[in-house]
Amino acid sequence: MGQIEWAMWANEQALASGLILITGGIVATAGRFTQWYFGAYSIVAGVFVCLLEYPRGKRKKGSTMERCGQKYMTAVVKLFGPLTRNYYIRAVLHLLLSVPAGFLLATILGTACLAIASGIYLLAAVRGEQWTPIEPKPQERPQVGGTIKQPPSNPPPRPPAEARKKPSEEEAAAEGPSAGPQDNPIPVTDDVV
Amino acid sequence: MGNWVVNHWFSVLFLAVWLGLNVFLFVDAFLKYEKADKYYYTRKILGSTLACARASALCLNFNSMLILLPVCRNLLSFVRGTCSFCSRTLRKQLDHNLTFHKLVAYMICLHTAIHIIAHLFNFDYYSRSRQATDGSLASILSSLSHDEKKGDSWLNPIQSPNMTVEYVTFTSIAGLTGVIMTIALILMVASATEFIRRSYFEVFWYTHHVFIFYILGLGIHGIGGIVRGQTEKSMNESHPCKCAESFEMWDDRDSHCRRPEFEGHPPEVVMHPSKVVELQMNKRGFSMEVGQYIFVNCPSISLLEWHPFTLTSAPEEDFFSIHIRAAGDWTENLIRAFEQQYLTIPRIEVDGPFGTASEDVFQYEVAVLVGAGIGVTPFASILKSIWYKFQCADHNLKTKKIYFYWICRETGAFSWFNDLLTSLEQEMEELGKVGFLNYRLFLTGWDSNIDKATDILTGLKQKTSFGRPMWDNEFSKIATSHPKSVVGVFLCGPQALAKSLRKCCHRYSSLDPRKVQFYFNKENF
Repeated sequence: MGQIEWAMWANEQALASGLILITGGIVATAGRFTQWYFGAYSIVAGVFVCLLEYPRGKRKKGSTMERCGQKYMTAVVKLFGPLTRNYYIRAVLHLLLSVPAGFLLATILGTACLAIASGIYLLAAVRGEQWTPIEPKPQERPQVGGTIKQPPSNPPPRPPAEARKKPSEEEAAAEGPSAGPQDNPIPVTDDVV
Repeated sequence: MGNWVVNHWFSVLFLAVWLGLNVFLFVDAFLKYEKADKYYYTRKILGSTLACARASALCLNFNSMLILLPVCRNLLSFVRGTCSFCSRTLRKQLDHNLTFHKLVAYMICLHTAIHIIAHLFNFDYYSRSRQATDGSLASILSSLSHDEKKGDSWLNPIQSPNMTVEYVTFTSIAGLTGVIMTIALILMVASATEFIRRSYFEVFWYTHHVFIFYILGLGIHGIGGIVRGQTEKSMNESHPCKCAESFEMWDDRDSHCRRPEFEGHPPEVVMHPSKVVELQMNKRGFSMEVGQYIFVNCPSISLLEWHPFTLTSAPEEDFFSIHIRAAGDWTENLIRAFEQQYLTIPRIEVDGPFGTASEDVFQYEVAVLVGAGIGVTPFASILKSIWYKFQCADHNLKTKKIYFYWICRETGAFSWFNDLLTSLEQEMEELGKVGFLNYRLFLTGWDSNIDKATDILTGLKQKTSFGRPMWDNEFSKIATSHPKSVVGVFLCGPQALAKSLRKCCHRYSSLDPRKVQFYFNKENF
């Protein structure tokens, strides 16, 4: 259990809660239930939570699977600096967001789930975790022709590459494929039987 | 393409069967709740969301039943082993158990969403029609149990216009278990994503064990019986086809249609002379033995008082009853509440039944029952049960003879018991079992009402004596008539009587265990 990054789980839970808030809000607003304006709030809060939680943070150890298309939201979330990096703030934010939705039956599930996510974020914050954005890795451009190796210049049997290595390979390359500078370990005769 | 078919035909077949069953169950339940006459009035309030919720509930039950099977490792290993003579295709199917588990889980999530959304609408409709004052059919149906004497035949679970849906959700078993189950489901699903499973397996594993709460909640979710249809009896009397349109006239005396009654068992109240009320009730899961008692509470009279009453009905009857006589402020208030015709029957809470000594009556060949005053009530239950046993020709009855002594000051308060005895006497005669029940009535208050005696006791006159019984005589008579039997003596009465009866039992039990033995059993209250 020591290796768990609670923030990752909190992130999944919060994303799910966001979706549930949106669904509950849509039902309450569409059905014009009593006090349906809480439903409208719930849709807005749900969308906000989903957008905030969509970009997954970087794991401390190991590689992190990005969510599809999250790099756009990562840029936005990164902008807020410490507000989004710190999990204490996220915990409190989620708790506050969940409270108004608790007044309506249709959205009360969202409240409960978001409150649970808030609790897990609090745990993550206590353990010193932080949200770090997943930076895109710089693409290494393959050198043109860098992977293309010269074909072997000598027929088999060929000694290993170290023995074949010449002080200046450019010279050998400039000269083109030559039959020249090679010491055969055994004399090669061209016998025709 | 051909290769794919050869490799996957069984999976496709299996999934097709599973999906087909889901669709069939959904459609079947949907049509049942959408078309059946039994739910006609329920639909008047709720519309199609009733059928949606019930159909998804059936699918939820089906899928919840299935979901644990693919993850029972021992079971799968067992099947795999026994299937060694089965085809390879079947065994290969077992390799995909986790995939099936996930598929069923997704189906559960889908149906949970449908179920919750449908019930949200249902609650809103119930709430609106409870608050409506426009005299529409929906509003009349919603206020059904509140104008009538019958307190439990409601259709709308929202009992008063001030009750919010949140209150009903969290105070009903269905609502509370529903919320708990859904939270458990969401926790399980959110921690079971591929990312979490691969990176932090323990989070997934430990969180997934909240399935226990899900299964437990599912078991008790429907216990409250909130979704109600019209009872059969009420359908026979006033079928919705002919009565629904004339709902404004349900209250008229001369209309053919009466108010519909919904499942739920309203208590029947029978008034007896001398301020005695008989309350006949029904409760799901209630079963009793002869002579047991229950505690009764009436929150509208007193929140904390629970009073014991002996059950006066027989176990063979399909209701249970108690007789309440006005003997204090609680009982007087209760009887007054029942007497008032225009108020509803107050809600009654029942605890029990609890056993007493009188349960053992039928274990003895000969039983001597002595009831003094109000102590006659357990014997009402016993005598009624005997009558039912004879009706069903229960030849296994160990008891061959019953002596019943009823001692009271005056029978006014027990005229209901009078009637019971006389009718029992008649039945015994008809069945030819005249000698089975031998009863005598002793009036100890004979000084004051010796003239009125003949009026009160028509029918029982021959067996009435005045004054207290002479127990020595009685016991010696019984001992001589049944020299080899085991006799059970049951008393429900005052302490002084208990002392003298116990002495007689000891005196007349013979030392020889093969000869007559008297066993004394006393019921206290």
